This record gives sequence, structure tokens and C-alpha cells, in this order.
Amino acid sequence: MDVWISIFISICAASTPLLLAATGELVVERSGVLNLGVEGMMIIGAVAGFSAAQATGNPYAGAVVAVFAGAVFSLLFAFLTLTLVANQVATGLALTILGLGLSGMIGEHFVGQPGIRMEALVLGLDAIFYISIALIGAVSWFLFRTRAGLMLRSVGDSHTSAHALGLNVIRIRYLAVMFGGACAGLGGAHLSLVYVPQWVEGMTAGRGWIALALVVFASWRPARLLVGAYLFGAVTIAQFHAQAVGVAIPPQFLTSLPYLATIIVLVLIARNRRLTMINTPAALGQPFVPDR
Amino acid sequence: MRIELQKRAGGSSVFAVLSPFVALLLTVLAGGIMFALLGKNPVFALYTYFVEPLADPWSREQILVKATPLVLIAIGLAVCFRSGNWNIGAEGQYLIGGMFGAAIPVLFNEWQSPLVLPLMLLMGMAGGALYAFIPAILKARFGTNEILTSLMLVYVAQQFVDWLVRGPWRDPKGFGFPGSKQFNESAVLPSLSSGSDVHLGALFAVVAAIAIWFVLTRTLKGFEIAVLGQSPRAGRFAGFSAKRLTIFVFLLSGALAGLAGISEVSGSVEKLDDKLSLGYGFAAIIVAFLGRLNPLGILAAGLVLALTYIGGEAAQISLGVSDRAARVFQGLLLFFVLACDTLIHYRIRLVSRLPKAGAA
Amino acid sequence: MGYDFSKKARILAKTGKGAATPVPNVQQPLLEARGITKIFGDLRANDTVDFSIVPGEIHALLGENGAGKSTLVKILFGSLQPNSGEIFWREKSVSIRSPSEARGLGIGMVFQHFSLFEALTVAENIALSFGRDTPLQAVSEQTRKLSRQYGLPLDPDALVGDLSVGQRQRIEIIRCLMQDPALIILDEPTSVLTPQEADTLFETLFRLRDEGRSILYISHRLEEVQRICSAATIMRHGKVVDACDPREETAASLASKMVGAEIANIERRQEPANDEVVLQLSNLVMDKSNPFAVALKDISLSVHAGEIVGIAGIAGNGQSELFEAISGETVQERADQVVIDGEPVGLLDISKRRAIGAAFIPEERLGHGAVPNMILSDNILLARHASDAEKFCKMGWMKIIAGKALRDVARRVSKVMDVRKSAENPPAGSLSGGNLQKFIVGRELDRQPDLLIVNQPTWGVDAGAAAHIRQSLIDLAASGSAVLMISQDLDEVFEVASSIAVMSEGNLSSPQPASSMTREQVGLLMAGSQAAMA
Repeated sequence: MDVWISIFISICAASTPLLLAATGELVVERSGVLNLGVEGMMIIGAVAGFSAAQATGNPYAGAVVAVFAGAVFSLLFAFLTLTLVANQVATGLALTILGLGLSGMIGEHFVGQPGIRMEALVLGLDAIFYISIALIGAVSWFLFRTRAGLMLRSVGDSHTSAHALGLNVIRIRYLAVMFGGACAGLGGAHLSLVYVPQWVEGMTAGRGWIALALVVFASWRPARLLVGAYLFGAVTIAQFHAQAVGVAIPPQFLTSLPYLATIIVLVLIARNRRLTMINTPAALGQPFVPDR
Repeated sequence: MRIELQKRAGGSSVFAVLSPFVALLLTVLAGGIMFALLGKNPVFALYTYFVEPLADPWSREQILVKATPLVLIAIGLAVCFRSGNWNIGAEGQYLIGGMFGAAIPVLFNEWQSPLVLPLMLLMGMAGGALYAFIPAILKARFGTNEILTSLMLVYVAQQFVDWLVRGPWRDPKGFGFPGSKQFNESAVLPSLSSGSDVHLGALFAVVAAIAIWFVLTRTLKGFEIAVLGQSPRAGRFAGFSAKRLTIFVFLLSGALAGLAGISEVSGSVEKLDDKLSLGYGFAAIIVAFLGRLNPLGILAAGLVLALTYIGGEAAQISLGVSDRAARVFQGLLLFFVLACDTLIHYRIRLVSRLPKAGAA
Repeated sequence: MGYDFSKKARILAKTGKGAATPVPNVQQPLLEARGITKIFGDLRANDTVDFSIVPGEIHALLGENGAGKSTLVKILFGSLQPNSGEIFWREKSVSIRSPSEARGLGIGMVFQHFSLFEALTVAENIALSFGRDTPLQAVSEQTRKLSRQYGLPLDPDALVGDLSVGQRQRIEIIRCLMQDPALIILDEPTSVLTPQEADTLFETLFRLRDEGRSILYISHRLEEVQRICSAATIMRHGKVVDACDPREETAASLASKMVGAEIANIERRQEPANDEVVLQLSNLVMDKSNPFAVALKDISLSVHAGEIVGIAGIAGNGQSELFEAISGETVQERADQVVIDGEPVGLLDISKRRAIGAAFIPEERLGHGAVPNMILSDNILLARHASDAEKFCKMGWMKIIAGKALRDVARRVSKVMDVRKSAENPPAGSLSGGNLQKFIVGRELDRQPDLLIVNQPTWGVDAGAAAHIRQSLIDLAASGSAVLMISQDLDEVFEVASSIAVMSEGNLSSPQPASSMTREQVGLLMAGSQAAMA
């Protein structure tokens, strides 16, 4: 029995960073912005959280700093794509490249240092895990039950209509992008404060990209993110266990599994054209320049 | 204060030329600030980074060596990006290309023949193209997002090559280090001049740049790429097939990335090892944008990016700055390039906010 | 200020007897604009415009496309800020910095291109225009109430993406009425309606006027304006050129004020008697390509040489899908479903259909018929690289582009069609709508096609260019080619077509000689089963 509980806890730990980053990106994409820089924001969150925890000795301070770091870092993306109307795909890539480089430089002195682990709160699970679950409920409520959520969805559906109605499209999108950055930052901090907990260069290992795929998988519905993130968490843990048990499959192949699973999921989702077409925010990735 | 954009009809040709240079200047300035924050003398640091390598013949050669894969990959990416296909998995195509080409000298280590090298190059291109075909066919057939699939395949390729060089292809006499046997002479890409590290790959890069430039600017294929990239609906009206073009550009860029991979393996390393994946596939994205997606511009941009690598190594030695600073430079450079491109399409004005009136 | 006018207006509106209650000084303007100037780059979109509207009148704002009507209205509604000028609301100077400020004053607007969100419900769309947090439930109830009160049936829980254009307009009107406005601005409201739907709209407008509200009615349809408006302001090239009572004018006098010159009359040609079928559609069916598309249902049609068949209908009833099916942008299941010049082409792509002798002009100019950032000569190549391959693509398989030949053709087309442009070979996007449309039409006519399929030939084009384009279609048919013209402009269909068919919900009625049809008949066919639904 205890084995199953520990497996469950490890699945939760593996899923939490994905879930957080995907929740943030879902809100960003609902506002009509495609931020491919999730990986970069996550790794900035991871290094910021780790270094703040080292400096203060408090992992919670680390998490708070990671949230801010993610949000501030995402402002770079927001300024380029929203104010200067740069290409969102390219700018997202730039954010990832810069994030990976910057975190490598900042974290250079932390390599090999023992981290400060955020201890479990209840039932063997940490605070960030509970936040990630609560956030799903909060985001669902926000998007579908509040006026601000309605405004955000309307901006993602048609920025020209929203502008004509007098909504401040750019401001709403700035806030959404920063929320996405904050969530990705917290997800990164979960890696460096709970999951690993150490600083390893490039430790996000593509989780930001998987989070992006999860948003598509969830067809922009927050509740479905839970399913997707935990599915991937389970795959990750399963391959770890398989490696530990010494299954006669080379570990490199097992490590590839989550990435291959992502591709398969993307193909399965894409085949359902109707589902994706109806749910995709219509303005996603489109540049917006208000006429004055 | 607030920034307002005003669309320019057709874009500004002045800024189209100027913007990469402005971006470079801004990157250098930002780099100076970064060095100052790190407590280094910014002028000396920038000199070490960007000028010193140019003064030293050995460094100049290394710049060419580094630029070769960057340029080859970036040319293919430029064709993809122009056509609206976001291939960001070049790193994987580069690895698989290198692996495919290396198969011949690894599996037939004793085979010495003038046929070996051409066959290796062809295999390299085929490997890269095949690997790029996966995201392409998934996009064309099912509408799967090519950004995510091509990227996921990078991780898969890294794991696969890692398995090969630690497993079946490991040199039994290699003291347990990952890596294949050294290639024999007929499997090594010759230098451009004797005693030089610059191999034939550099020539491939120049030839590819000129050829692709010609295709893009002078032929119907180039026109098709431009039309479908700017306006898919108009492309359909013109009778061009977006799906077929997706396959075409992925195959082309995969082949070029594969050629870069096998050139690196056979020209520089002379064996397949676990250090082939150095992020050239991602750095080439920066090269492509810095070269404004123009193959001739990319030739120059590849040299600039190679300089940041070599300068980074120099700065590490003489300044004690982390070599990771190079990657920060590269990231900043892409940001500034993208920001400056706004100047081409828009006039930017700073407007002071109107004073707020009373109750609304 | 002691007297709250807006409160007074609301009381008037609520009691519903505004017209009967004497309003203090009827001639006192509700809204007045003085010296409004708005400059975009080099263009003076509004040049010292003066305008005023009094309570309880339907006031027309007349002018051609590009005359500055939309700019003025956006300024009045707060979407744009004027460079200079002043606006008075109930004789008080105001600055309207945003649509929500406009709504706060009591100005409501119904847009021409609806500012609706397809992914949201009717109630959510309406709730968005409130400046405060109103429960969705309350919005739904209010919607039901207003829709009963003004005869505008609407389901608050329906997704906008699933609604017809007429229903969407109702949302806009109800959204506007929710604010209880004293001034309602309607931008080209009937351009998307059948004649019968338009009549129902006018009933609603009269009811609103009788409640004491003012209506600013933007249109270029003179007949309508004469029917419902008691005052008109006429704009041309950004300036107000006249103000009059349209009921005391003739359609011709209004038109010449609007255009500033006589429009060349369209000259009908004797059509050559010819039985040769150039285009034959047989049992053409097409499934929806996406959830928002319309399916084509068993369409059959023949178009003869020398004839112009006009297809009337409200936009969104399958016209774009029909165009794509005939052009080959979407191919058919069987070859014989589309036959051009006797050749079954159902399985061929657009390039091969062009090679047989067909030419196509789509509805959207920018991004479909032309690439905005490409120069004109490249836009010639866009549509003609396959049909004129021997002229434009040299060196065999290399297909090297013949730049000079293309520039020559671009020059010739510009000359024939009188295309006004700023440079010799500018990007297509820098041309005005009318000039670009003339260029695109000319690009196809230059080939002397046997068959021309054109969708909305003069949509959003100024009167001069429209006349030129219509004449060239007639001339093409007179020279023995077949023309299929899809248009939602009934005047245009009656002016140009020799026989008329009507599209409704993916069905096509059988074509009848234009001389034997009336607008009412066409209107009923346009409504199709929609009339039964409403």
C-alpha cells in the first residue's frame, strides 16, 4: 500500500510544474497571445527560486521570488509582441533562448550545491502542489464566472471587436502574459525547490514545451489540464520506475517516452478538427495594432 | 508616455538594411552594461569579446569553422520561416544527419574508397531530411503543430544518439568513454587548405547560400514560398499547395541541417561522440533572423554569431567570465533584432498621455 | 448645472411618448460637432466638419466609400480622437475619449462590421458592453424583454457563431438599446439584410424615433434615405458639402451631391445569341470545410457564352463556398460536377482550370485576390503564372521569373483600367480599394478569358470605379465570354445581369431572365427558409 502512496506522491510532484506552467499559458492563450517562451520563464523561475532560497534560507521566499521573476521576465515578451508587435512565435523562442542562457549564467555557482527543500505540508505534499490544484479551480471560476474573465476571453476571440467596445486590449494582454510568467516561474521553482531539489543547468528539460502541448490537449479548458498534466506525470514516473527496476530497455529510450507521448497526443488531438477549431481562441497569435 | 505605431505601406527599405546593425549595436551596449554589473571593465571586456578574436589568425579560422554549421542550418530555417513553417527542431535534424552519415565509417570502419565521403554526405542529408519529414507530414496530414513536434523530436534525437555512442556504436577501445571509433582518412572531410581547420563544409555553406538566394529571389518556387508565407489564402488562389510546400521546405531544411551535422562530424570531430549537440540548431534561429531571412545576409550573420562563441571562450580565459555569457548575448541579440524589425513595418512615435479629464 | 438632460431623456424614453411630450426648444441640437479635423498620415479623413442632429429625428449621413463618414462616426463614438474640433452634447462641450464615455453620455452604436464575439453567447456579448458587473442572468432577462418590446426575436443563450447575419444585427441593436441611448448611430445597417428584413428594421427605427430618440443613419442607399430620413448631411472627400431634407430631393440630385459629378451611365450591349454552354454545374455538393462554413446543396447551373448570370443573396449563404468550388480552390468529388468549355474539371486545381480559359476574381482583395505587401507586377504573377507560363516563367524547369514581362502587363492593366497609384509599381496594399479592385479585374480581363467568375465585384468600391468595373463586365460578355457574377448588391445585380439566380443557405434557385424578375421576388428568394425561421 505504502508503495502506491509514494508512487502517487511522486506523480503529483512530477505533474505540478507542468500543471502550473500550462495553467498560466492557458490564460495567456485565452487572451489571444501565443507565448512560446514558457520553457525560458520556467527556468528563470527555477534559478531565481533556488538562489533566493539559498540567500534567505527559506524555500517559501524562494517561491515568491520565482513568481516575481517569471512575471518580470515575461514582460520582455509582452513589450516586444504587444507594444512593438513583433512576431509572437519568434519572440517566444527568443525568450526561451535568453532564459536558458541567463539562468545558466546566474546559476553557475549553484551547480552541485545541495538545495533547500520545501517540506511537505499535508499528506506528504507541498504548498506549491496545493496551489497548483487550487489555481485550476480559480482560473475556471475567473474565466467563466467573472466579468474580467469574460473580457479576457472576448479579447482572445476578436481583438478588433473588443477594441471597438472600448476594452483595453493591450493592457488585458499584458496582465495575462504576466500571469503566465508568474505561473511558469512558480512551476520552475517547484523543480528546484521540491522535485529535484537542486540547481541543474537546463533542468526544465522541455517541460515548458510539454506545457504548451498540454494547453492544446486540454482544448483551452482548465479542468482538462489536470487530466493531461497527470497523464504526463504518470508517464514520467513510470519510466523512472522502469529504469530503477532495470527493465531491459535502454534508459535513453525510456527518457524519450514523455516527448514521444507529447507528439502522439498532439496528433490525436489535431485529428479532431472540429474540437480544436471551435475552442482555439480565434485571435491566437494575431498581431494587434489599435487604430487611433 | 506611450508608444504608438503607425503602419508604413510596403515597409521601409532603409530600416530593412539598417535594423540588423542597430540590433547589433544595442546588443553590444547591453553587453557592456552586463559586464559592468559583473564588475568588469566594459570596454576591455567588449574588446576581448568582439575585437580580439578578429585579430588572431587562429581565432579567425575557428570563427569560420563555427559559422559553417550555423549558416547551413540557418539557410534552411530561413526558407521554412519565410513560408510560414516553424521548424525549430533543426538541432534534432542536425544530430540525425550526423548520425546517418557516420553510420558508414562506424559500421564499415575498414572501407577506404573515394566513394565513402560523398556517400556519407548524401546519407547525412537524407537523415536530416527524413527526420524533418516527421513533423512535416504530421502537419500536412493532420494539422499538428509543427513547432511542438519538431522540438520534441530534438529531445528524442539527443537520447537516441546518446544511446548509440554509449551502446552499440561505442569504441570498445575507447576506455569506456562515449564515442565511436575515429574515422579513417577517406571518411574525413578535407580541409580547404592544408593545415587549416576550415573544412569543405564552409564551401558548402557558401554554395548553399548563393543557390538558395537565387531560388528565393528569381524563381517561381521562391515566389511560391513568399506568397504562402505572407498570405496562405492568396497562395491557394494562386494554385500553390501549402501542404506540399510544407513538406518541401522541411525536407530542404532537414537536408541542410543534416549536411551541417555530417560536415561537423566528418570535418571537425572525425568521430561520432556525445558532444555533437551544442545547440547550433537553436543558435541558427538567431542567425536566420539576424540575416533577415536572406541567405546572403545569413552568411554575414553566421560569422557574427560564431564570433560570440569564440569571443566567449576568449573572455572566459582572460576575464573569468562564464562562457554562458555568450548564450545571453545570443538571446539578447535575437530580442533586439525582433524589436528593430518593428521599425521596418511601423513608424514609432512617443506620445504623451492626454491629461485625464474629470469624471468620465 | 441644475438640470440633468440625460435623466429627462430617459424618462421620455421609458414613458414611450417622447414625440407627444413637448421637448423644451425642439431645435436645440442633441449633438453638435464643430470643425472636426482628423488626419491619418497624409490623408485628411475629416476636414473641418460641422454637423448637428436634433432630438427625435432620423438623420442621414450620406457619402461614398472613403468620404469620411466612418471616421466622423468613430470620433463621435469615442473610438478615434480628432486632431482638432469640438463636440457639444446638449449644448455642453464634451470630449469623448472612449466608447464607454460615449455610452455614458447616451450615445449608442450599431456597427457595420459587427463587433461581436463568435465564441461567446448572446448574453455574454451584451454583458461586455456594460461598464459594471451585471449578473448574466439579469442581462438575459433584459435581452428577452427588449427583444419582445421592439420585435427583435433573440435567444440570449445562443452562441453568436451559430447565428445569421440578421440575428447578429439584432444583438447589436439590443446591446445598444440596453444603454437606453438618446442617440443611436447605425452604420450601413441594411447592407446585410433582405428587403423584407430591412422593412422590419425601419419599423423598429420609427418606434425608437417616436420615443424621442435621435438616429444617425449612415448609408449610401439613396432610396432608403429618402424613405426614412428627415434630414441629411452629405460628405465628400472628408468635407461636409451639403445639408438638406432628402425628402425634397430626387435620387439623382442626392447622387450628384454625393459624388460631385455625374456618374457615367452603364451602357447595355446587345448580347450575341449563343447557345454554347461555357460553365455547367451539375449536382454540385460540398460539405462544410469548417464549423463556420456553409454546405453547398445540390447546385446545378449553366452559363452560356455572351451571358451574365447574377447570383444574388445575403452574404454567408454559401457564396464564398460556391466561388471556391468553381475556382478549384476546393476540388470536387467527381469530374463532371463542374464542366468548363466542355471539359470536366471537377478534379482539377485552380491553375488547370485557368489554363482551360477560366478566370476568377474573389471577394477579398487583400490576402486573397492580391498579396498586400507584394508589388503589382508580382500580383500579376500570382494569378497568371500557370495560364501564361510561357510568358512569365523562363528556362524550363527552373521557372525563372520574367520581371520585365510582368511589369509590362502591370502597366498595361493599369492603363486600361485607369488605376491610380502613387508609384510605377507599388505594393498592392498601398492602392485604394477601388483602384486595387480595378487592377484585379483588369488582370483577369487582360487574358480575354472564356469564362469569368467574380464574387462581389464592387464591394466597398467608390461609385466611379464601380461603374467602370460593371461596364467592363458587360463588355466582356458582349465580346462572347460567359460571366458569373455573385453579388449581394441587388442594384448591381439588376443593373448588370442578364439572368438572375438567388442563393440561400447553400441552395441556388434556377436562373430567370432579369427582365422578368422584380426586387420583391428576389427578396423572397433571398429570405429562403430564413423567413420561416424568424
